[in-house]
Amino acid sequence: MATNGYEDVAKGDAIPALEVQPQELYHAKSFWTRYIFCQDAKVIAIQYALTATTIGLVGLVSSWLIRMQIAFPGVIPMDASAYYQLVTMHGMIMVIYLLTALFLGGFGNYLIPLMVGARDMVFPYLNMVSYWVFLLAVLILVASYFVPGGPTGAGWTLYPPQAITSGTPGSGLGIILMIVSLAVFVVGFTMGGLNYVITTLQARTRGMTLMRLPLTVWGIFTATVLALFAFPALLVAGIMMLLDNILGTSFFMPAILEAGLGEQMAYNGGSPILFQHLFWFFGHPEVYIVALPAFGIVSDLISVHARKNIFGYRMMVWAIVIIGFLSFIVWAHHMYVAGMNPWFGFFFATTTLIIAIPTALKVYNWVLTLWRGNIQLTVPMLFAIGFLITFVNGGITGLFLGNVIVDVPLSDTYFVVAHFHMVMGIAPVLVVFGSIYHWYPLITGRFLNNRLGKIHFWITFLGSYSIYFPMHYLGFMGVPRRYFEIYDSEFYTASTSDLNQFITIAALVTGFAQLVFLYNIIVSIKHGKKAEKNPWKACSLEWQTTEMPPEHGNFGKELPVVYRWAYDFSVPGADEDYIPQNTSPNEVANAQVEKT
Amino acid sequence: MIKKEESIVQLLTQKPWDPNQAKLDNMHDGKTINLSIGKLGQRYIIIVSTILFCLFIVTYSDRMIYSDWQNMPEPMLLWFNSLVLLVSSIVFISVQIASNKKQFNKVKKGLLIVGGLSFVFLFGQLLVWQKMINLGYFMSSNPANAYFYLFTTLHGLHLIGGLIYWVITIKKVWISEEIVIRNAQHTVELCGIYWHFLLFVWLVLLGLMSFS
Amino acid sequence: MIIPAVILLVILGSVAFHLWTPWWWTEVASNWGSIDSTILLTFWVTGVVFVAVGLFIAFCVWRYRYDKNRKADYEPENSKLEWILTILTALGVIALLTPGLIVWNKYVTVPEEAYEIEVLGYQWGWGFRLPGKDGVLGTTDINNISDENMFGLNTDDPHSFDDILIDGDDLHILLNHPLKVNLRSLDVLHDFYVPQFRAKMDMVPGMITYYWFTPIRTGNFEILCAEYCGTAHYAMIGNVLVDEKDDYDGWLNEQMTFKETLALNKNNDLIKIASNND
Repeated sequence: MATNGYEDVAKGDAIPALEVQPQELYHAKSFWTRYIFCQDAKVIAIQYALTATTIGLVGLVSSWLIRMQIAFPGVIPMDASAYYQLVTMHGMIMVIYLLTALFLGGFGNYLIPLMVGARDMVFPYLNMVSYWVFLLAVLILVASYFVPGGPTGAGWTLYPPQAITSGTPGSGLGIILMIVSLAVFVVGFTMGGLNYVITTLQARTRGMTLMRLPLTVWGIFTATVLALFAFPALLVAGIMMLLDNILGTSFFMPAILEAGLGEQMAYNGGSPILFQHLFWFFGHPEVYIVALPAFGIVSDLISVHARKNIFGYRMMVWAIVIIGFLSFIVWAHHMYVAGMNPWFGFFFATTTLIIAIPTALKVYNWVLTLWRGNIQLTVPMLFAIGFLITFVNGGITGLFLGNVIVDVPLSDTYFVVAHFHMVMGIAPVLVVFGSIYHWYPLITGRFLNNRLGKIHFWITFLGSYSIYFPMHYLGFMGVPRRYFEIYDSEFYTASTSDLNQFITIAALVTGFAQLVFLYNIIVSIKHGKKAEKNPWKACSLEWQTTEMPPEHGNFGKELPVVYRWAYDFSVPGADEDYIPQNTSPNEVANAQVEKT
Repeated sequence: MIKKEESIVQLLTQKPWDPNQAKLDNMHDGKTINLSIGKLGQRYIIIVSTILFCLFIVTYSDRMIYSDWQNMPEPMLLWFNSLVLLVSSIVFISVQIASNKKQFNKVKKGLLIVGGLSFVFLFGQLLVWQKMINLGYFMSSNPANAYFYLFTTLHGLHLIGGLIYWVITIKKVWISEEIVIRNAQHTVELCGIYWHFLLFVWLVLLGLMSFS
Repeated sequence: MIIPAVILLVILGSVAFHLWTPWWWTEVASNWGSIDSTILLTFWVTGVVFVAVGLFIAFCVWRYRYDKNRKADYEPENSKLEWILTILTALGVIALLTPGLIVWNKYVTVPEEAYEIEVLGYQWGWGFRLPGKDGVLGTTDINNISDENMFGLNTDDPHSFDDILIDGDDLHILLNHPLKVNLRSLDVLHDFYVPQFRAKMDMVPGMITYYWFTPIRTGNFEILCAEYCGTAHYAMIGNVLVDEKDDYDGWLNEQMTFKETLALNKNNDLIKIASNND
């Protein structure tokens, strides 16, 4: 059996050597195997991130077109079909192909092996294949733009019967390609998810207990476990809808007429509500798959840049796990007015409002970390603060919608659109930005430009808040969502077009400001200020590699040994205001804790 | 399944900053579960698959109570196919036993039989389909039909996936001049577990369709 | 200093926006003002949290600005504080859920004295059906749908013939009388929503859904479809008028029953046959 050339012997006083089978790392030799078909999780992470961002830009531009139509109809020539196709693709791209792929495939691949002290993921070949499967899913999705009838315009929720009947754009090839793309995505993320979960559980380095892991790992790990249980539901719903569409089965299709009071179609006996149950059984955990990694990451951003341990680490771990578990019993709060048995309303309103409790606890612990901290107002910290404010806002509007009777007037209005954009679009995206400013030095060895970073932050934070905060009030007024044209009905208390124009302008400004960020990323690769090793003076293992950026194999000849938890900041009596996780007790002078 | 005698609750209520806890933690070897990564990976896949089938079964159970449900007939061939699958699992058990005893000639023979029987099963399933279509039971005629074709397709696809892993198992047992024994045993075991899983799924689906 | 000030501005600005917003709900026109009250309660409970957390963040950022001569506190956890906060949050949740579920219970319990009508949704318009003099809506079946029988009424159901059919016109309903709307769709999902009534429910093909309300003021209200139903979803606007009893009776007398529309169509057929023979 070939060895990998490293001897995984741990250094340290009287700690026995690491007895683990040396990981057979694949050593890339050619350009192709180093940068393209590479099994190194760090390269795979960049591939996921670049692909997700590219398709995300398509989603972003779609949002500009949508907002132009709402506020300035006619400026960009567009019919209702095109509008609904834009709305659908924007939603699906952003939720699945950008956010899920970026958090799990991008951040998960880069950070998990480094933070747990492993050289790579446990199944590197499968990990590599998972990226190419993801890329295939994206290409199939893009192909749907070019088929006859165009992409599906059924709304990202793809509800039948409309998704596959003629009154909806893209009800032929468009929806078929969408479902096939989602199925391929699920296959890819099962392959990837395997790696994230098992590496976190089994491939940690000596001394790294679960409770010594940074919360970033807890967030991504729990999200992946959620994906394991939730994605099959999407697959089931997709397969059944595909069969209804192509082979004429009636899983979801009752006896109905063609659009426009046409002929009766050949379906009979199916239930549209069944689709909704399956979809939301996937769909609600899905939003936590996006949120939980953000929760984990922001905990680390705040503690590093406030030089203070995360407050209440144990509760934070429990909160992540409990939120993950509860996310499976709240799904029908998306279906309060779907025509379900009314008793479901009582049950799901209760579970939904219960899930607010661990979530609120996390917010309290984040702000209590700031309390008596030593706060550096770096760009990552600014984005973390932006997250706190937007997430509290978005989470609170969730309490409105979760209370079933309040959802009755507000569902399917702009209140819902404002809520989910604030809590899932803005808050986690602010964390993405913050974490890129934070980990860019690790990945490239250079800092992003600080001044451009601050400009990017202010425009993004204030801009996106201006887009979505006022939008809630359109919902209170009763303005429905998914309307190609919004008339200023007589009964509205004030002009919707005034507010919509303001929102559109804010959206365009905020959108264009992202170009500043893109420019910063590209230019700083060569011209950014060089960063010394562990420039933020963080404790977690990804900053303790032998080289920065980390080389293939991450930690040099010896894997690190962990002696403490991930948050030894400002330990009383210690010389510095941080102690890296792999610092043995002998090396810490005068500290009043952990004299072990 | 979790290592040591600690439950999840105990694991997650440790105080990692506490010096006494830190002393214990420094001895930790970085693993939470007492299984190889191969076994864990397989369980992951089996869980995903189980949830997939469970969801289909739940929707099936919900649908079959309506009055327009018409059961499909069960040709003898379907039962014959089930028998074939059962025999292949039994053969696989003997393969696993032989593998543990390092009797790799027996393992090679057994694997070939399993592969052969699996192909017979798949072919048999296609014949059942053909018979049903000839008798006029199309997919869109009735929800019971739709579920029958759906279940057999899903199970069949899973079996084809298993056959890909079977090829990998064959390679590990046959091709190497000097069989890396631990690796081969491990792979044979994983392959076997998957076969038994598919048999179990098939029996559940068959039972559901027969007794509804 | 700038950053705490901006945070303060965002928090207080949000509160100010809320207090002075010109975009707000219109006066409720049904008995579901209790939903509005629940929303206002939610604003109070959550608003306190929003302001408190925001101000706390602003304070911390101002007070605990980085100073290299200072060290942050080292406090891994404070179980007591966390439990107190958990309990307070739970109390807040109970405060929201209790009135909410009480009102929901009312929403799903149709009063006995409610009279029933049917709203029919299709791509892309509204039809309405009243039970007529016998007070019972006739049964329907999608197989019966034809040009003469747009509502798909069963002709072998005696209750069908006096049903009043309104197609492509405004619906009128009676002031101060509880009304149960039965909702039916011919093709895809729709949703019968009048913002001033606050109530809504999806219309699902293959089943009949419902909700109830009591209109409490007269007026002409717009019906907006509130479940995406295809390319003309936004254009599926209708009108419902709330009338006092006299006006309502007057309107009712002018409407045609199913029997009368059948007769009308038969006459047309006769005229067609007659003109063909010429």
